[in-house]
Amino acid sequence: MATGELKPSSAELLPLYADMRLIREVEQRLSLLFGDGEIPGFIHLSIGQEATAVGVAGALRTDDTLASNHRGHGHAIAKGLDLSRFFLEIMGRREGYCGGRGGSMHVADMSVGMLGANGIVGAGLPIAVGSALAHQLRKTGAIACVFFGDGALAEGVLHESFNMAALWKLPILFVCENNGWSEFSPAERQLATEPSKLAETFKIPAERVDGNDVVAVRAAALSAIEAVRAGGGPRLVECKTTRVRGHFEGDPQKYRDAGEFDDIGRKDPLKRAADELRALGIAEADIAAADEAARRRVDEAVAAARAGTAPAPEAALADVYSPEAVRASAHADAAA
Amino acid sequence: MTEVRFGQAINRALIDAMTQDSSVVLFGEDVGEAGGPFGVTRGLLKKFGAERVRDTPISEAAIVGAAVGAAMTGLRPVVEVMFMDFVTLTMDALVNQAAKARFMFGGQVSVPMVVRMPHGGGINAGPQHSQCLEAWLAHVPGLKVVCPSNVADAYALMRAAIEDDDPVIVIENKALYAAKGDLPEPPAPVAIGKARTVRTGKDVTIVTYGAMVAVSLAAAEILAKDGVDAEVIDLRSLQPWDEAAVLESLARTHRLVACHEAVEAFGVGAEIVARLADVGFDELDAPLVRVGAPFMPPPFAKSLEDWYRPDAGRVVAAVKRAIA
Repeated sequence: MATGELKPSSAELLPLYADMRLIREVEQRLSLLFGDGEIPGFIHLSIGQEATAVGVAGALRTDDTLASNHRGHGHAIAKGLDLSRFFLEIMGRREGYCGGRGGSMHVADMSVGMLGANGIVGAGLPIAVGSALAHQLRKTGAIACVFFGDGALAEGVLHESFNMAALWKLPILFVCENNGWSEFSPAERQLATEPSKLAETFKIPAERVDGNDVVAVRAAALSAIEAVRAGGGPRLVECKTTRVRGHFEGDPQKYRDAGEFDDIGRKDPLKRAADELRALGIAEADIAAADEAARRRVDEAVAAARAGTAPAPEAALADVYSPEAVRASAHADAAA
Repeated sequence: MTEVRFGQAINRALIDAMTQDSSVVLFGEDVGEAGGPFGVTRGLLKKFGAERVRDTPISEAAIVGAAVGAAMTGLRPVVEVMFMDFVTLTMDALVNQAAKARFMFGGQVSVPMVVRMPHGGGINAGPQHSQCLEAWLAHVPGLKVVCPSNVADAYALMRAAIEDDDPVIVIENKALYAAKGDLPEPPAPVAIGKARTVRTGKDVTIVTYGAMVAVSLAAAEILAKDGVDAEVIDLRSLQPWDEAAVLESLARTHRLVACHEAVEAFGVGAEIVARLADVGFDELDAPLVRVGAPFMPPPFAKSLEDWYRPDAGRVVAAVKRAIA
């Protein structure tokens, strides 16, 4: 495990803390809005996993593409999505990223390479493989990245994706957020192996990190991204992390042992980063300022989302297919 | 005008599209070195190189899933599912990803990809290598589905599919690969969604597509001897399908039979007759009749398969019900 030895400067750590705080603030607000009935459907929160989103997605370039999963709020925010349009989407408004057609499980922003959260476990993997293939063939210099949980290891398409990426030396970073839970079942009842071991079976170099240590995650991500971008083929970073909330919001988690929660506070990536900042001599006021800034940004985004309008069915219907005029028919032109 | 085989016309369409647009790439099982299981991609690896023409592992889910990601990242992939029966393994990528990306991301992105898949019987390939499953795909909002019946359309629909900004399924009937026909020079374009009247007639409209077009024409010749003048419409495109052309024909003949090789129940024909029972109700002089395979998996033995696949005799019998 690459952890412990990395000594960041306070100038490096404070922005990482602030980014994690923003994601935490977003999801705590989502939880409240969901409880108040302001968000329809259901949502999956990544509280406790902020270090993986910030450590990895924050280390990507804007033109790097990212495929995410159902627990993807943090990934999207760390990739640089606009907070207002994010809330607008999750609250089902016309002005949201997806015009209110996707919701929490489908937030996407192609302008920053965010290819979408995904409601199907493992489905982002082959999409990222194809995106990496496009980067390789088009020589864009960008890479693809995909987040998936340990639960996705049980999906057949993950094995196909690992194999294809390794065979073709594709520029792709696999990131496994190993929180030990596949929906309502613990890993020991789901998986016969471990993510990094499986990757190594496909000759994909893998690194395991403490996924609640944002500095360790970022260091592992930067090193893996550099290798992938240099043409070394796929890499995997396995982040051992903690799912604090249920599989979905409202899940009472009766299947979890109460003892499991005893040291959750100690594992909290935000608490750990804050403690480290204090140890580095950062003033309490500076940490509080980051917390306050996150709250303010979320307040503004939620206010904007509440002011959003309801989507029109006509517009939704019109977007099932591309407008016919978008691309002139080259074959028709040539023959005309 | 050049006489070529159906498979060669598709090959030529792929060559022309890849020559014209460097973002068009091909991948699938044995499409490169081997030239495809039916020889459709023969010579393309040599012509365009291993980057653009790629043999994949036997990983249908990842092939089609990767096509989605590639299409969202600037390529126009044309991928092959070796037999349409294997589409079962690709359904998440097709149904939950490709078909929905544009819609569920609010129109931010298009998914310009083509999935080629051979369907149909006639080669005694048995229950898992002979099915016609196009109705499944035509049922999914966001997918387009085309199925050519002849050489000129095989070329033109492939070009149209590649140029289309949405995911298009090109269904190729295996029994047609060796069929010969004329490819115009230069090849004429065909728009997705436009049917073609292949035989005009005044007594009954036969709506069909793919390999059943030739079967329906044969039936029309038999019917002509009995004094029944059948019009035959080749849909060419199943999703979207040319309802206006079919309705226009029905308005003249007032009788309609929908034919396909796929199982009759819950098929493309069911959609056609259901629509016409609604929008064409005032035109109808007779029940709308369907012809399709019986409700059983495609069987292997030659005698069984011959019995299973709809033939001209079955079309004739259906028409006789419609004109009775």
